[in-house]
Amino acid sequence: MARLLARRLVQSCLILFGVAAITFVLLYALPADPARMLAGRSATAQTVENIRRELGLDQPLLTQFLAYLGNLVQGDLGRSYAQKTEVATLIAARLPATLTLMAAGIFVEVLLGLTFGIVAALNRGGALDRFVMASAFVGVSAPQFVVALLLLYVFAATLSWFPMSGYGTAAHVVLPAMTLGILGAGWYARMARSAMIDVLNQDFIRTARAKGLSGRRVVLRHALPNAILPVVAMIGIDIGQFMGGVVVVEAVYGWPGIGQLAWQAIQQVDIPIIMGVTLTSAFAIILGNLVADLIAPMIDPRIRSH
Amino acid sequence: MRVLKELCRQPAAVFGLVIVLAVVIAAIAAPWLAPYAPDNQMFEGLTLEGAPMPPGEDFLLGTDTLGRDLLSRLLYGARTSLIIGLVANGVAVAIGLFVGVTAGYMRGWVGGTMMRFTDLMMAFPALLLAIVLAAILKPSLWIVAMVIALVNWVQVARIVYTETRGLVERDFIMAERALGAGNARIVLRHVLPHLVPTAIVWGTLGIATTVLLEATLSFLGIGVQPPEPSWGNIIFESQSYFQAAPWLVFFPGAVILLTALAFNLVGDALRDILDPTQRGRG
Repeated sequence: MARLLARRLVQSCLILFGVAAITFVLLYALPADPARMLAGRSATAQTVENIRRELGLDQPLLTQFLAYLGNLVQGDLGRSYAQKTEVATLIAARLPATLTLMAAGIFVEVLLGLTFGIVAALNRGGALDRFVMASAFVGVSAPQFVVALLLLYVFAATLSWFPMSGYGTAAHVVLPAMTLGILGAGWYARMARSAMIDVLNQDFIRTARAKGLSGRRVVLRHALPNAILPVVAMIGIDIGQFMGGVVVVEAVYGWPGIGQLAWQAIQQVDIPIIMGVTLTSAFAIILGNLVADLIAPMIDPRIRSH
Repeated sequence: MRVLKELCRQPAAVFGLVIVLAVVIAAIAAPWLAPYAPDNQMFEGLTLEGAPMPPGEDFLLGTDTLGRDLLSRLLYGARTSLIIGLVANGVAVAIGLFVGVTAGYMRGWVGGTMMRFTDLMMAFPALLLAIVLAAILKPSLWIVAMVIALVNWVQVARIVYTETRGLVERDFIMAERALGAGNARIVLRHVLPHLVPTAIVWGTLGIATTVLLEATLSFLGIGVQPPEPSWGNIIFESQSYFQAAPWLVFFPGAVILLTALAFNLVGDALRDILDPTQRGRG
């Protein structure tokens, strides 16, 4: 177990290094010039040149990258070009909003997804199953921004139940979390359904039923724990995706999370922030997968022996 | 032919096929179907106050903030979506097949390196990567397609890799090798044909992902650029107006949803038909 963990940790560091290298080279190679962006439209060539030197952008790619890595190892993500603040500080300031939305979104999608998935599996082939699966299909095919705008239109603009945008109270979380949750639930429902169907066909379930246990007890105590593994793995993946990938939802709802920070930075070609967010997100994706893999043997003892 | 027949037996797949067909027809026949030119800013297309017209007799789905006919823009937008869907996804499947087959067949350090690189791409926040690339490159139809391909090939590569690994172990490949067939012959004549179903399934499912991603990028203003109509940028152009003119978000949104849904339904049914081990697993 300890050796496996050590190997996974080394692997994770290598992957992070790779992500850093690729992002760095991409941002370097792309035709955007952060110095010109910062200097503004009317700046002279001399001003642009000065800014470039000041930011170290006149150095060769390798020198720049090594300097970045050197700082990264010490936990220093550099300073934002435009805001002059430490990138780590900027990201940390967005963390509460991002984590709140992540937790709420995952709660909604797991709750909806599991409920519908189980209901569908228990009514396999029936009308309810078909309805749930059709809804799940619609859920996985719906564009995030359209759902976000529709919820905004119905529940904020028309009914005024929730605020249009912003952050701070519980009411602000509802619509963004619903957007993420409704869309994610489709995947969870499909996965939970097929996992449940697999389990429900197994002998020990028949035994449990034959023993005379109530239907609810069989489903919740015997079947569900055996079907929950893929769901846990999926939550692990989602943690990573939500860490850097909710740009759209945060943009529509004016949610001050990491996605919004990234989106503003992308428009200003603020490379240190883009790098920082990409690395944070990759870190979260790796961590999410790792945690899911570590939790799996705790839920399912069969994995432990392998 | 057999596949088509089996597809037609599933109501959901038929529903999907009909919509796919409708989108294809809309894209091809847009110049004849569209009541107006998509970029025609009409004086009659605005109310006296200068607001967009709601759906009505002259403009079936209403007009946008510049007085352009929404239906016409949606029909032409189908072209954008389909071109990007086919090109981006075609390239993604091609890259995925190449990487997956090479890595699965070669093993050794070439295969190992390729799969480590694929693992690396899996840890990349895909949407973020696409947004960064699209925002910094000068966006155009082809750039958007390439950005999407660059993000989407990874999943195909992993599936193809696993399948190739399984195929290489099979007796008929071993027999072929024992008979003295070269690597090129084995890959082209025996491995690739077995991967055709996978390519078809992911080629179809991938179009749904691509359509959604293109719409998302265009919605953020970094995809297909106006005045060239795309379902995403129609919403981008009118989002600040959506309370007053909800049809400008509703219709393009519904079209995006239906198209993605249709390709997902067809792809899923194809997977059931082409891969019997997956049958009934939803």
